[in-house]
Amino acid sequence: MGDPGSTGRFGDFGGRYIPETLIPACAELDAAFRSAWVDPLFRAELDGLLANYAGRPSLLYEAKRLSAEIGCTLLLKREDLNHTGSHKINNVLGQALLAKRMGKPRVIAETGAGQHGVASATAAALMGLECVVYMGEVDMGRQELNVFRMRLLGAEVRPALSGSRTLKDAINEAMRDWVASVETSHYLLGSVMGPHPYPWMVRELHRVIGDEAREQCRALLGCDPDIVTACVGGGSNALGLFAGFAELPAVEMVGVEPDGGAAVGRGVPGIVHGSKSYLLQDEYGQVMEAQSISAGLDYPGIGPEHAHLDATGRARYEKVTDAEVLNAFAVLSRTEGIIPALEPAHALAWVLRAKDELAGKVVLLNLSGRGDKDVAQVAEILDRESDG
Amino acid sequence: MAEVLSLEAHLRTQRDGGRKLLVPYITGGLGQDWAEVVRAYADAGADAVEIGIPFSDPVMDGPTIQQASEVALDQGANLPGILEELREIDAGVPLVVMTYVNLVFHAGYARFAAEAVAANVSAVILPDLPMEELGEWEPHALEAGLATVQLASPLTDDARLARLCARSQGFVYGVNLLGVTGARQDLSESSTVLAGRLKATTDLPVIMGFGIGTVAHARAATVQADGVIVASALMRLRLDGAGPEDLGAVVAELRAGLDEPR
Repeated sequence: MGDPGSTGRFGDFGGRYIPETLIPACAELDAAFRSAWVDPLFRAELDGLLANYAGRPSLLYEAKRLSAEIGCTLLLKREDLNHTGSHKINNVLGQALLAKRMGKPRVIAETGAGQHGVASATAAALMGLECVVYMGEVDMGRQELNVFRMRLLGAEVRPALSGSRTLKDAINEAMRDWVASVETSHYLLGSVMGPHPYPWMVRELHRVIGDEAREQCRALLGCDPDIVTACVGGGSNALGLFAGFAELPAVEMVGVEPDGGAAVGRGVPGIVHGSKSYLLQDEYGQVMEAQSISAGLDYPGIGPEHAHLDATGRARYEKVTDAEVLNAFAVLSRTEGIIPALEPAHALAWVLRAKDELAGKVVLLNLSGRGDKDVAQVAEILDRESDG
Repeated sequence: MAEVLSLEAHLRTQRDGGRKLLVPYITGGLGQDWAEVVRAYADAGADAVEIGIPFSDPVMDGPTIQQASEVALDQGANLPGILEELREIDAGVPLVVMTYVNLVFHAGYARFAAEAVAANVSAVILPDLPMEELGEWEPHALEAGLATVQLASPLTDDARLARLCARSQGFVYGVNLLGVTGARQDLSESSTVLAGRLKATTDLPVIMGFGIGTVAHARAATVQADGVIVASALMRLRLDGAGPEDLGAVVAELRAGLDEPR
């Protein structure tokens, strides 16, 4: 998992499929990130924020009760304990610092469930940047509290009214804004997708997850994990984790997608939102809707580096159903006193299903976010099921 | 089968004869009689007609073309169906297809290029396939005899503009402004600047688009440029119920406006 170079290619995937107007901005961002990433002052400033603002390093917690139930050693990387409640803060702090470094006073972000929008609004508030968040009108209705949070943090939330009025349309709107405002605005993209340099840059900004987890695991158990696993929508938390282990051939890497949004399992190569990757499409190449219980994973594509890791076999990708996810959500809550977000509950759902394969092994799971945002939705689903 | 009209030769001939070029747009599959709109445009004095293949995620398009795309898709528009209808049209002017690269990639580059040429299409405009990624498509287009039009933006620097013009075929598409398609109150200032830079860089026909909706816009844009593309203004009328004759009349007005002595 190295540097994709100036072309932004991961094997056949990635690239820069963007309008001419955005070419200079992506080139500027590539140059700015390359210089910042080797600049000790930038790194020190970012590390300082990660430590003193976001609360890093996040814990690596051995889930002993659940381990005993499954018959493996299960380690949870507690990204849910970060400020704003998920791994998203790693990326937004880095990109907001970059926006300032490039002299751009305004940031644009897209959000599905609202986690990246809240994180972006948070970073913008911290650094005094103007922030506009695009959110599908349907998602705004489903996640009213996050809309309020973003507004409280000083961001403007604009509804995406086109298409399916969900995450992919929010990305379309954000790109349309960026095309018009590119001279003063930075697009603070929330996952390992989009045109180069985003997939690479966002992975590098999340690499801290995997680097910390590797050292924490060695300190705790004196060995590397047998398997690392994480949920995958666009796939940023998974790539952040994988980045710390990809060079260790003995460590197996497993990404877990929702059954209704499994770009690796059900998608075919396609090009949307700036890069080539696996994509859910109809027979003519129209992009289809992803369907899952977790709004954070409701994206019909997947980061291009995941497509490459799948094609080369370095990582494998599994699918879990909404019912398995709800079960995992409840199991972790009851056995460990940790309510996970529905997104990482996908990874746990696979671990629970694969317990025979995992027997006796060390499994490191990225608990990418906390479940507070999801409890109302889960309560409603469970109510409905018990009524039915 | 008649030879597919060469877009560049046709536009050069028209331009060199002292005429300003007019390229109106229609979203393919928008209404049962969309193909008749193509003929109406040609009869009203269009120098070429741009046909959009609607895509689910048109990031370079503003509200009007987005809506036109959604409506057309809801009405069952798809790539093979649109090409099939184009094959039957004898418009007498070159046809240019505009779409997003995924539809082309999904169909298969070689297959799409061959089928487009078989449907009398002279050229394609792919706004999300910049020069950096052109290499995977261009050989197939060249082999089929299909021109690929490059888009230039106000932010394109001089060195890149020169490379882009050298690579473009048919004409060069000057994007008037920073933003998406859609009618605007006034022609952007960046339009004149970009048109001037393009004319100083290339002898290819230079045609400007984005935000041109009126005779006044079209005349202002063609002080320097060779022609204009008009899309959203026409599609707004189409969405509000305009048929081929109505749209033909609007194009005839634009034609007359461009032809009026200056």
